[in-house]
Amino acid sequence: MYQYDKYDQAMVDARVADFRDQTRRRLTGEMTEEQFRPLRLMNGLYLQLHAYMLRVAVPYGTLSSRQMKMLGHIARKYDKDYGHFTTRQNIQYNWIKLEDAPDILADLASVEMHAIQTSGNCIRNISADQYAGVAADEVADPRPWAELLRQWSSFHPEFTYLPRKFKIAVIASTEDRAAMRLHDIGIELVKRDGEIGARVFAGGGMGRTPMIAPEISEFVSEDEIISYVEACLRVYNRYGRRDNKYKARIKILVHELGVAEYRRQVEEEFAHIKTLGIDPPVAELDRIRAFFADPPYETGLSDAIDRSDPDFALWVDQQVAAHKQPGYAIVNISLKPITGIPGDASSDQIELMADLAERYSFDELRVTHAQNIVLPSVRKADLYTVWQQLRGAGLAEANLDLITDIIACPGLDYCSLANARSIPVAQKIAQRFADPVRQRELGEIKLKISGCINACGHHHAGHIGILGVDRKGTENYQLLFGGSGAEDCSLGTIAGPGFDENGVVDAIEKATDLYLAQRQPGERFVDTYRRLGMAPFKEAIYG
Amino acid sequence: MNIVTGNDLATGDVIWWTGSGWSRHVDEAVDVGHGAEAVIETETAARRVNSAYAIEAVMDGKRVRPAHIKDRIRAVGPTVRADLGLKPADPTVGSWVI
Repeated sequence: MYQYDKYDQAMVDARVADFRDQTRRRLTGEMTEEQFRPLRLMNGLYLQLHAYMLRVAVPYGTLSSRQMKMLGHIARKYDKDYGHFTTRQNIQYNWIKLEDAPDILADLASVEMHAIQTSGNCIRNISADQYAGVAADEVADPRPWAELLRQWSSFHPEFTYLPRKFKIAVIASTEDRAAMRLHDIGIELVKRDGEIGARVFAGGGMGRTPMIAPEISEFVSEDEIISYVEACLRVYNRYGRRDNKYKARIKILVHELGVAEYRRQVEEEFAHIKTLGIDPPVAELDRIRAFFADPPYETGLSDAIDRSDPDFALWVDQQVAAHKQPGYAIVNISLKPITGIPGDASSDQIELMADLAERYSFDELRVTHAQNIVLPSVRKADLYTVWQQLRGAGLAEANLDLITDIIACPGLDYCSLANARSIPVAQKIAQRFADPVRQRELGEIKLKISGCINACGHHHAGHIGILGVDRKGTENYQLLFGGSGAEDCSLGTIAGPGFDENGVVDAIEKATDLYLAQRQPGERFVDTYRRLGMAPFKEAIYG
Repeated sequence: MNIVTGNDLATGDVIWWTGSGWSRHVDEAVDVGHGAEAVIETETAARRVNSAYAIEAVMDGKRVRPAHIKDRIRAVGPTVRADLGLKPADPTVGSWVI
């Protein structure tokens, strides 16, 4: 893992000191809320429905055990004994006191963490494939690039006041586990003629105007990626709309200019930027790469797994993914227990996951955009022990990518922007489909719920998506089909009139019944939907 | 009736204007009629409240019930974590909110 150098630490420590002083001035009345609000937001501190909410950055979703333990400590000491892992691979605390916020930031800084750029119209936390560095299918490790982008984008003076917020994702596999093309900039590391470079996509996003990012460059050489991304940002910063926040994201600019014209402007800017020499020297990239060297894997390990315990075997089949190193496995920890809240984990659970990472996964964890946790490198011989401990903590649900592995935003239960509650709908769906046999029979179904049009729950990208709306003061839920955030990226289509909370669960059951009746061998739900189109699904749920 | 709500500046807790101060219990909120603006201005300046605003509510028996579900959820806490709300043992909270 990357470790802060003296500059990183000095910047973060200075920000803590600044915010401590700003908070004091706010509490003593030297500063109005109007003056203080942008300052607290720059430190990830929102005022939400019930209290202040702190969003902590988890760079490219990667955490050490020490950092994870600190997240548990903060949940216990300053919050109500839990935290919420988000679709941006971050963690949020829902019950923060303003007077405690400087101490929390100091605690975070002590383990090389912060909440900087988790709000505001700046480049947000860089996201990445949660299997980075251990995936069997990647062409390179995307983490050094994500780290380089983190350093480049942190306090970047030119991009502190962009027209709107800006999200970047980096992957290095043809399988997209990070919803890369639904980011403002998506970077896919590829290999061409033996050289590593980047396919660059720009202008994707969800929200009220969902768009899939088109390809802007098919190959940018690895020593020019920063320059190219800077060029993409510069064109956006210059011409992105600032007159209307709903049209201010880069996707609108790319759409209005057209891909060819946006690309032309980026290339022109890129040619200019290349003369400035802003790309880091190879030595700096090598320095960063060294932090992400493989851990000391044991060799000669067996790939055999004792599957004599049927519950364990079920969990292995669902939660364990292929690792690049023989004898090791990637463990996905579900934060989606059937009656739970998607993405929530108690202090005890957070600390247990940290302990397991320390003992069994080279001290490392990942947060996924699907609101789960990954232990990236576990010896197959240790899987049974890890599973037993997870099971004892209520963390052994075997539902990865199944219909109960639901992405849900906090919704109206916590969020001041929301129009409808998301979590109770997720819980009702999970309870309806709780039977493990039924879930497996249905196979992969990505179900995603947002409580408003801002789409934090990624409803546009769900094989089944749900959008909560306010219909004359009553919660109403629109159903979408056919979205995907993966390499087969697509946007869902609204089926028709919305439902109440129970009605939408019934409608999903009718849609899945239709799928079971109509599917062809090997087809997932979304494949059957794409083959049949909306009409039979509409007939099933409204007929 | 019109009532005033906001968040405690230091703690962030949801609070309701009682006519002479702030309470964490919505039932203690009072009708401010057309006086919300003055309350908000004075109390904001005194740093006793943050992001205050006025909402409509009705008397439901002896209870004050905000007109919009968002403010009813603010009044009692997340519907999915009754243990974190102000009245975790009150079995009628769910129907009151929805």
